[in-house]
Formats: sequence, structure tokens, C-alpha cells
Amino acid sequence: MMASSYSAKDEDGHITVSGPGGGTLRNKKPENTAFKQQRLPAWQPILTAGTVLPAFFIIGLIFIPIGIGLYVTSNNIKEFEIDYTGDDTSSPCYNCAKNFSWNNTKSCTCTIPFQLDQPYESNVFMYYGLSNFYQNHRRYVKSRDDSQLNGNIDSLKKPSKECEPYASIDNKPIAPCGAIANSMFNDTLTLFYNDPNGTSVPIPLTSTGIAWWTDKHVKFRNPVGTNSNLTAVFQGTVKPVNWHRPVYELDTDPENNGFINEDFIVWMRTAALPTFRKLYRIIQKKNTMAPTLPRGNYTLVVDYNYPVRSFEGRKRMILSTISWMGGKNPFLGIAYITVGSVCFFLGVVLLVIHHKYGNRNNSANISN
Amino acid sequence: ILCRCVGEENWVDSRTIYIGHKEPPPGTEAFIQQRFPDNRIVSSKYTFWNFIPKNMFEQFRRVANFYFLIIFLVQLIIDTPTSPVTSGLPLFFVITVTAIKQGYEDWLRHKADNAVNQCSVHVVHHGKVVRKQSRKLRVGDVVLVKEDETFPCDLILLSSSRDDGTCFVTTASLDGESSHKTYYAVQETKAYNTEKEVDTIHATIECEQPQPDLYKFVGRINIYMTNEPVARPLGSENLLLRGATLKNTEYIYAVVIYTGMETKMALNYQSKSQKRSAVEKSMNAYLVVYLCILISKALINTALKYVWQSDPNKDEPFYNQKTEVERQRHLIRAFTDFLAFMVLFNYIIPVSMYVTVEMQKFLGSYFIMWDDEMFDEELGERAVVNTSDLNEELGQVEYVFTDKTGTLTENNMEFIECCVDGHVYVPHAICNGQVMPGAAGMDMIDSSPGPAAREHEELFFRALCLCHTVQVKEEDTVDGIKHGIHQGKSTSFYISSSPDEVALVEGMKRLGFTYLRLKDGQMEILNREDEVEKFELLEVLTFDSVRRRMSIIVKASTGEVYLFCKGADSSIFPRVISGKVDQVRARVEQNAVEGLRTLCVAYRSLSPEQYEEVFQLLNRAKLALQDRDKQLAEAYDLIEKDLILLGATAVEDRLQEKAADTIESLHKAGIKVWVLTGDKMETAAATCYASKLFHRNTQILELTTKRTEEQSLHDVLFELSRTVLRQHGGMTRDTFSELSGDCTDYGLIIDGATLSAVMRPGQEGSNSGNYKEKFLEICRNCSAVLCCRMAPLQKAQIVKLIKASEEHPITLAIGDGANDVSMILEAHVGIGIMGKEGRQAVRNSDYAIPKFKHLKKMLLVHGHYYYIRISELVQYFFYKNVCFIFPQFLYQFFCGFSQQPLYDTAYLTLYNISFTSLPILLYSLIEQHINMDILKKDPCLYRDIAKNSLLRWPTFIYWTVLGVYDAIVMFFGAYFLFDNTTFTSNGQMFGNWTFGTLVFTVLVFTVTFKLALDTHYWTWINHFVIWGSLIFFVVFSLLWGGIIWPFLNYQRMYYVFMQMLSSGPAWLSIILLITASLLPDMVKKVIWRTLWPTTTERIQVGTNACRNRE
Repeated sequence: MMASSYSAKDEDGHITVSGPGGGTLRNKKPENTAFKQQRLPAWQPILTAGTVLPAFFIIGLIFIPIGIGLYVTSNNIKEFEIDYTGDDTSSPCYNCAKNFSWNNTKSCTCTIPFQLDQPYESNVFMYYGLSNFYQNHRRYVKSRDDSQLNGNIDSLKKPSKECEPYASIDNKPIAPCGAIANSMFNDTLTLFYNDPNGTSVPIPLTSTGIAWWTDKHVKFRNPVGTNSNLTAVFQGTVKPVNWHRPVYELDTDPENNGFINEDFIVWMRTAALPTFRKLYRIIQKKNTMAPTLPRGNYTLVVDYNYPVRSFEGRKRMILSTISWMGGKNPFLGIAYITVGSVCFFLGVVLLVIHHKYGNRNNSANISN
Repeated sequence: ILCRCVGEENWVDSRTIYIGHKEPPPGTEAFIQQRFPDNRIVSSKYTFWNFIPKNMFEQFRRVANFYFLIIFLVQLIIDTPTSPVTSGLPLFFVITVTAIKQGYEDWLRHKADNAVNQCSVHVVHHGKVVRKQSRKLRVGDVVLVKEDETFPCDLILLSSSRDDGTCFVTTASLDGESSHKTYYAVQETKAYNTEKEVDTIHATIECEQPQPDLYKFVGRINIYMTNEPVARPLGSENLLLRGATLKNTEYIYAVVIYTGMETKMALNYQSKSQKRSAVEKSMNAYLVVYLCILISKALINTALKYVWQSDPNKDEPFYNQKTEVERQRHLIRAFTDFLAFMVLFNYIIPVSMYVTVEMQKFLGSYFIMWDDEMFDEELGERAVVNTSDLNEELGQVEYVFTDKTGTLTENNMEFIECCVDGHVYVPHAICNGQVMPGAAGMDMIDSSPGPAAREHEELFFRALCLCHTVQVKEEDTVDGIKHGIHQGKSTSFYISSSPDEVALVEGMKRLGFTYLRLKDGQMEILNREDEVEKFELLEVLTFDSVRRRMSIIVKASTGEVYLFCKGADSSIFPRVISGKVDQVRARVEQNAVEGLRTLCVAYRSLSPEQYEEVFQLLNRAKLALQDRDKQLAEAYDLIEKDLILLGATAVEDRLQEKAADTIESLHKAGIKVWVLTGDKMETAAATCYASKLFHRNTQILELTTKRTEEQSLHDVLFELSRTVLRQHGGMTRDTFSELSGDCTDYGLIIDGATLSAVMRPGQEGSNSGNYKEKFLEICRNCSAVLCCRMAPLQKAQIVKLIKASEEHPITLAIGDGANDVSMILEAHVGIGIMGKEGRQAVRNSDYAIPKFKHLKKMLLVHGHYYYIRISELVQYFFYKNVCFIFPQFLYQFFCGFSQQPLYDTAYLTLYNISFTSLPILLYSLIEQHINMDILKKDPCLYRDIAKNSLLRWPTFIYWTVLGVYDAIVMFFGAYFLFDNTTFTSNGQMFGNWTFGTLVFTVLVFTVTFKLALDTHYWTWINHFVIWGSLIFFVVFSLLWGGIIWPFLNYQRMYYVFMQMLSSGPAWLSIILLITASLLPDMVKKVIWRTLWPTTTERIQVGTNACRNRE
């Protein structure tokens, strides 16, 4: 039905109305070119056991070492994860989670002690993780205005319809508009190292370099108004409902304020899956021989602002070192080893088959 | 003498034309002047104004276009996950390209129409020749046509520059016959051959309303001479058709009778019914399956979405509130959700597949036309493709129905011998066409005949010299005059629509009697004594395939009137009253066994009274307006009786070059070849033996009138089927005997009469269906079937019978003559041979080839290739779209069934249009899994693809499963890589668009590599498009993500691709996932090839090994 309806020639059967018949009788000989005669020179490979066998062994021999390498690398990465959701009475954040209300102006703080069994040598990356949080929900993903975020004044004053219902309040445009911006993660996490001698030393956390360079410098831009003061530029807009502070007060550093605040940019890159982590801070390695995070006791102090209990979400703080292949993920290594072994195994199977049956076919062919 | 003829009562179906628009004299019946259309030819479909609406309407009437339009509209109206652009752009592209193509074609038609409609013609107006635009011609105008001009409309010849009122015409552009045909003016008007005189003709023409048959016309002209009107019959020999060209005649005057769209040519250019190929049918079946998959996917997701949403915290968590509008539309929400899912997954049925299939078929057909090996030097013709829709059907043929004369045989007749009263004459000395005088030119096999016999003999030769419709074509008039009496030898040659006649006349020339010409109604022949004998041609009773004979009535110079009749033995013998019937019959049968075409010749002397009676009879029939053919046939039947048998002739029709080889190849390819011919059984059977259709050890089963006369049809059928089935049972018991080839195979011969008995919806009710079944059963078990004595319509019936049998085999009919048209149109694939019997077969065919031998390459090479190519095309297209869409389906489970697309809009749009389209198109144009020489050498390979083997459900399911597997590997590969971890070396995180891009990159590479693995023939073009489209994908992605696109309202892809490539694990996982996706298919291929190789695969390996050794 469908295919047949696409008959190309159903109407052009009658083009020639009249004309000399058979005038060019002798010119009809087709051109004898390789293309027209379908005799272009060609490479004609055939997949046989003989030709595929070496490929299988080679794949096996390459993949297994790569896999082992990846697996070892992944195992060498140190990762520490702590769940501070606080849905459990024993959890230090239980009260904060329980008493959460959007009207609280003062944030609730909870303190979680933890212990690192191994020293973290290189740069340590601090992530926050959310679970059961559908950043990839379609309504959510599209609820943003990239042109507003790129500093477009018109979009600032008149956000895109996609931002609904987070586009405006009382006819005043929200900046930044949309569900993503509105739900920006706003827990504040700080780390303290509990010295063996009893003092609690705050660990310096770098909040730059956590977003893509291109995002920070090209894709996100503060609107440029008549004066350079951000507050003035954002005049006439309102902050997102869930925010405590307007966008121009996210940071004191003008290079990290407004739309180009890196925490904001990180949040705006919607995660692929409902369980995700986002880079929060970087703990730079100092130029000394000492590890970035020595073995010992630490305290995580959380300004608990972000409710997840309503949708059965969880919140985590992750500390991880990074290798060339990223964070801890044994999957790639295991997958490489598996595929490599399967190839190798199949190579052996094919070898057997080839020796047992391949010759039979060839001889049969010759006798034909 | 005004004849009141039969059929005049039915005026409804006729029209009256006043020549030169002159009213008939008062007193004759007044006719209401009908309104006739003008002479404008309109082949165009659109005008400037209605093009867009009409074309759009036509295009959206196609179901597929309509489906995509609906998807597009849904996207426009409701809030769907993908932008309307993703389906609007391809649809717009397809519609625009088609519209431009059709518009261009229509513009060409307009141009052609204008050229034709505005070209000037000469019209006689008040005794003067004036120029007029062709489209302004009106019925009744008298036109002047000069030599080499084309007739502007259908005309009745009034007079010509030649004294005898004849003119020569070639109808090459109408039916392809390039021979010159003679047309005649009516006796009474032929003298009016200047513009002044012609203007004085006062006459009306009554004729039938236009009908499309080119060769049929009945009409009558009433000429108002002095007082008394004269009526003369008009037939197709008076009718000059639009499109034909005047030749060898200085000028003619003729009157317009049919104009514009009512001309026979215009009526004939109606499009034929569409044929559909088996592949198309499978494609449609797959479509239905995918439509079901699509709908069920959408339904599943919608249902799950509502399950998931039942928890308000999931439906509307604090971070993702709905707008007021979204909250309210609860009732229609479910339906729009369903539609949104449909839109999200609609790519599983891609628009581009239709475009690609169309292009593949259209472009692919050029390779058939370009084929050098299917060019015939002798004819200067190459293969012609009339329908490109059936290319792949050529690879699926199971039954070939072939005509004999002109198809299997050359239709190049050579006179072999003649037999007069049992004495056989064989011309043996052919000295450059020189006539050998006397008996030296022939061998008398029998004893010398007596004087009475000699008289008979000469009468026989004269009969053959006279009884024909051959024309003498003078090569060069000047030369002709110079040579005078030798005109008939080297400077002129014979032309006829029937090659048998030419052979006979030429044979007579070698036996001493030369036909010179027809001049002023006198046929001149040169006898053995070099004297010119003249016979006045009185009547010609033309040949037709029902009577299977023709006659001529001549008056010798002595005044005697003879009727000479020649025809098939079966149609002559019953009408013979004396003559040596038995001897002649014996000779005829002997000749027939040798494969010669035999004709019998008889005569009858007519007394003047008898002749007068005959004349009246014929005239009455000829003047009839209605049922003229029937009346003529009746008249002929009355006239051709009481004949005296003279003798018989034998003409050899040589087999076409390599016909036997072709048939043998087709047999090896598992194709059953049936010969359907109008010839008699013995002749046809001989040809079958010669062409290796029957072998020496073929056991012939006969189902002929002769046998059914002895036994009842019932008994014969049952006996035959028993014979065949016994053999069949034996074969299944012991299959090895079949392979070793020593089992007898059967050949069936059936004749037309018996066939119609078998086919007849019998009076015994249930029994008739039974006969058909039995007959089919017998046929199925015969390797070759010969049907002789077939009428054209019976040929089509046979084809239809086989087509409708339970296995529904694919049939191919091949023939060269007008009598094969019905079966060519009936069969799945119709092939015309550019033979000597005109171009009708070619015009009605799907493909036309110059010679029968080209069928071998057509089927074994082109058909095979196109089948392989298109089946891969279809399967691959569905496969790549399963790979494409299934990850999106899986993603819904991880995004709360929110219809979030996995890929970016640009990727969704361009995947089928540019990233993966060209490699498969080029593959489907130039793939050669085996060299064509091997395909030709080894016809058995054709069996490998029989019965649509590459598009059957197991294969389809394999491809679909493979697609699903690949999709799962890609999706979950990326999933585990992304799962709660980072894979950059700077700790930064990737988002959902990177996830989609990763899957998409793996997808594009995997499906392209999959095609690369399937490609057996890597020309530079394949390398170019395969690597080229991958490079294009990468370059496009870099560009697409490299700029903030000002016209887009989102910048989601900004730097996503580049960031992904900057990560090592992304590279590693791309490589890993591609490998893992391709692995199973590769393993399956290799293992199957080693353990259960098909013949094709064995040959592939074999030749590869050979090549490597070299």
C-alpha cells in the first residue's frame, strides 16, 4: 500500500507527442565505459573464517590488555561517598530534612563527621549527587531560555514561553527563567579536616574550573546594560521563586556572578540519567609532598536548603580523585576484557570450525 | 450505386463529416452537425494556476506522504518532543523534489504540446492553400501534406500526387514498424489532386466515433457527383493516422476526421495499469509490522507514563511544576501523549526509504539500458526499460512464457521447398538473387511430372506469386528506370508485414517466377520465359489469425477469374474438394516435424457469374458500418470454399542465436519455460527440441485434441497426473537420483482446443475446477510445457492460470508480436522483443530487449543483482532505523516517560537524509556479490534467491533482532559509562545531550560499518561514500556544536561533540560499542558460511581463493 503508492512513473507514460521515429537508430550503442558496464575495478573481500580469524585474535589481544589497564586504573581511583539526605533518624541531617520549609529564611546546618582511610594524593574533586531527580524530564529539559542566559536583553525582559510556569511573577520577568534555574541546587557544603591535635582546619575549596570553559565564556553571558553594575542590569527582573538570593548576588567575584556563576552553569547542564552527580568544588593539590587530603577524620558541614524527600530523592557528597580516564568506573575495563575474551574465544571456535569444515567445503567446491 | 448497408440504423456511434464544410445537397438526410473538439493535443496535466493545489493533492493522496503529513501536523498542533522541522524538512524536501520533477516534466509536455499545436499545416481554403496552426484544424478541413511531413490528425486520404491514388506511409512513431505501408484513396476522389479540384469535392463521410484500435476503422464516404450520390466503403487502408509520416509520395490531400484528443494516437497513450513487484509487497508487509511496533511502543510508553505519573510527587515534583494549561487538559492529555510518543518514534518508518527505493529503481534501470552486451549490432537496438518498478522482479522469475515465432526463432524466413501434387521442388542455386531460368534452378525429387502436372505446377507458382500483400520497394527510382526490366532483381526488394510472404515470393523468384509490381490494379509477374504476365487484381481477402488463411481474386489476361488461397493446412484441407490431398498432407506433416512452417495453396476458378456474386457479397460486407469484421468474415467463409489443392510450401524459421543456450540456462536456474505459440503442434515441438526445451530423454505427455478424441478429457488428465505423480513420489523417496540427473523429466504438449476444454467452466460443476487443478498439478511436475495453436487471449489465460495457482509464482512473458501483448500485460514481468512484427509488444512491455538471448543476462545477472540490492536496501533501512529509534524507546524508561528525545533535532532530521543515506543508495546501485561472468556461467545461483528468499520473515526477524541488539548495546553501553560517574580527566560532568551524542556517534558508525561488512564490491565510489559520510558526520557535528547559532532558540549542542571527543573514555567506549555491535553479525556470517554455505557463498569463496592464488 505505501510502497506501491510511490510509483514514480505512473503519470509520465505519455511524454512523446510526436516526432521522427527511429531517427537516431545507429547512435543507440551504449558507451563502453567501466561504470556503465558495471565493471569498475573493485576490491572484493569475502568474510570467511580464514580472513576473520586473525581479526578476532587481534581484537582479543588488543582489547584484553586495554581492559586490564582500564580496570586497574579505575581501581586505583579513590572515591568516598557520603549520603546526607537525612531521612533516617540517626542521620545528623534528619532534623534539617524534617523541618524543611520553603519559608525558612535561615538555613539549617548539619554536621557530618567522616573518616578517610587512605590519603588522597592528587587533586580531589568534590561532587554532590542527587538520586531520583529527573533532570532529563522533557518538561524540565526545555524549561530554559538559552538566549536569556547568553545575555540577550530582550530575552531578559521577555523570557521564552518554554520557561512557563517559571517565566514571570506578577508580570515581572524571572531571571534566570525556567524550571532548571529555579530548582538550582543550593546546599552549601564545606569540609573541615580534624587535625589529630584537635583543631578543625577548613579545607580550601576552589569553585572555578568546574564548568565547561566554553559554557562559561561563550554560551553563558551576563547581559550588558548601560552600566557595568550587575544589579542595575537585572533591574526590573525578579529572582526565581525558590532562590534565596537574586542571580546577581550568587558570588562576590564579578567573574563568577550572575549568569556566569559556575555553580549555576554546572546545574544548567541537565544530567542524562535520574541518578547523577555534579562537580561542586575542586580541592587543589598544594605544591608540597603532602597529600591533598591526608588520612584522618573530617567534618562535612551542610547548609541544608535543598529538599529531596518529597520525591524520595537522595543527596550525596562525593570526594574522588580523577585519572586520565575520569572517575571510578569499572564498567569500561570489564567490558573491554569481556569483549576481548569473547573475541578470543570465538577466534578459537572459528579456528576449530575452519579446520574441521572449511576444508570440506573447499574440496567440494573443487570437485564441482 | 448507393448501398443501403447493414448497421446504418445505429447512428449513435458514428459521426458525419462534411468535406470542406460543404453542406450536402438538399434531399439527402440532414444530419445534425456534431461538435468536435479542436486539434489541440493536451498531454500536460497541470496549468500554471492549478499546479500547486493539484500537485499537492496528488502527492498527498499517496498513503506514505499522507502519513508523514499527519505526523507533521500533529507536531505543529500539539506539544511534541521533536520540533516539526524534523519531519517537516524531509517531507518538504520529498514533496518539493517530486513537485519540481513533475513540474519539469509537465513543462516539457507543455512545450511539446505547444510545438505540436502551433506547427503550421497547409489547409485548402476556397481553392487556395493557406497555412494554419495545427491546433486550429477542424473536422472537415481538407489538408495538404507533403512528403516527410507528419500527419497533424487522423485523416481520410482523398487523393495523392500518384496517379493510382496511393501513398506510402511509415508508422514508425506509432507502432515502430519502419516499413512503408500503402494507403489508398477512394476511386472516385483520387483524380482530384490539385487544390482547385479538391475544393470541388462534394462529399460527406460517415464513420464510427474514434476508438483506440490503430488497425480498425470503418466508415463510408458519400460522394455527390453530378446528381447521383455514390457510397464507397472506407477502411483502415484509407485512414492516415496522426503521428505517421508521409513517405515516397510528393503530396496528398486528405480530410480531417478525428482531431486532437480524439485521434487514435492520443487515445492510445493512456497509461497502463501498474504492476507491483514481490519486493514491494514484502516491503508493505514489513511496514505494517513496523507500524504495529510503532503503535505498541507508543501505547506501552503512554500506559507506563500514566502509571508513573500516578504518584503526584513524580508527576509534579517541586522542581518541575506544570503550567495551569497543562494541568487542566486531563482528558485529551492521554491522547496527545500517545501522539507525542508516535511522533518521537515515527522515524522507524522513514520517508527517506521511499525516496531511496525510488531513486534506486530509477537510476538502477539505467544499467540495463547501458548494458553493452544487450546491444544488438544488427538491429542497432539496446535494451529499453519502460517500467523501472520491476527491476528486482527479474530476479524472482519462476515461469517464463515465451512466444515461438520471432522470439525463439529469428522470424527470418527462408524458403526451403515446395510440393506440388506430391512432387517436391527445392531451389538450390542462389546466385546473388539471379533467376536461374528453367528447371535448372530446382531439383525435382520426384519423377518428372507429366504435362497436366506441369500445368498445375505453373499454376501453383503463379498462385504464390500473386497471393500475397507484398510490396515492391524501389531502392532508387532513377536506377530503376535505367535498368528497366531488371527492376525486379537487384534494385528493388520486397516489403511485407509478414516475413513468410517475402520468403515465399523470393523463393518463387528463385524458382523462376518473379513478382514485379502492382501497377494500376495489375499485378505483373515475370515468368520463366522472361515474359511479363499481367493479372488484374480484383479482391484481396486479407489474412487474419482466426481464419489463418488469405485469398486473392485475380483476372488473368485471358479473362479467366481465379481465387488463390493460401493458409495453414488445418484451415485449407477442410475446404478442399479435389487435389492430391494425401500426398500433400504427408509432405506437410513431414516438414512440420522438421520444424518447418508449412502453408498450403489452393485455387478455385470463378465463372463471371460466380465472381459477380462474390463481388456483391464482399461489397456489402465492406460497406457495413457496424460489425464489418464479422460480416467480412462471414463473406470470406462463403467465398473460400470448394478449393482445389495445389500444393504446399515449407519455410524455415531459424532459431535465434543462442536461443537453446538461453533456455538451457533458464532451466538450470530453476525457471520453467513454457512455449506458447499459434503454430501447429509438430512445428512447435520441433522447435522445442531444437531449442533444447525438450531433450532426447524428455518423456512427452500429450494433451491434444487427437488424444481427447480417443479418450475423454477426464481420463487423459487423470492418467497423465498419475504418471507424473508416480515419478514425483519416486523422487522424494530418493533425492539423490534427482541430483545425478538420470530421472526422466516430463514435457507436456497441449493445444488450444484442449486447453479451452480444461479451462471451461464446465457443466459438470465441480469437475471443471478439478480439471484445472489436475492440469496445474501435471504442469507443475513438467520441466517444459508447450502450448500450441493458441489464440492471443488464451496465452493470457494460461499466464493468469499459473499466476493464480496456489504458490503464486512470479511469471514472465516474452514475445515480439501483437498477439503476445495480452500475455505481456498479464504476466508479472512483460518483456518485448524488438522483432520484425512491429513494436506493439515493445510498447506494451515493461522491458524490451533486441533478442531472446539477452533474456539470459537480463534475468541471471541484472535480475539477480537488483534483487540482492533491493532486498539489502529494504532490510538495511529497517535495521538502521530500529538501531536509531530503539535507544530512544529505552531512554523513556529513564526520563520518566516524558518523551524526551535522546538525540538532538539536527541528528534526528539528518540521520536518514544525509548521514546514512548515500552509502546504502550507492550499495544498492553497484553491489555485485558475485562477478557477473560467474552469474552467467552458473545459472544455478539463481535458485539461491528464488521465492523471495532474502525478504522472508526469518531474514526480516534476524535483521530486526540484530537492530534491537545493536540498540541495546549502544544504549546500555552509554548508560553504564554515564552511570553516576565522570569520565573526563578534569572532573567536569557531561549532560544528557552528550549522552545522546555518544549513542548517536556509535550508531552512525555501527550502521555504516555494518553496510561496509555487507559490501562485496568495493569500487572507489563505495569508498568515497562510506568514508565520506562518516567524515561528513564528524565535520557536521563539529560545525553544529562549534557555533552559537543565532537563529536557534536553544544552544543545547554547543561544544557537546567536541567536549565528548576530548574525553579518552568516550573514544574507548565508542570503539568498544561499535565492535560489540558488529560482532554477532560477523560471527553469524562466518559460521553460516562455513557450516551451511549456500551455493552463492561457496562460489564466492572459491573465486576468492582463485584470485588470491593468482
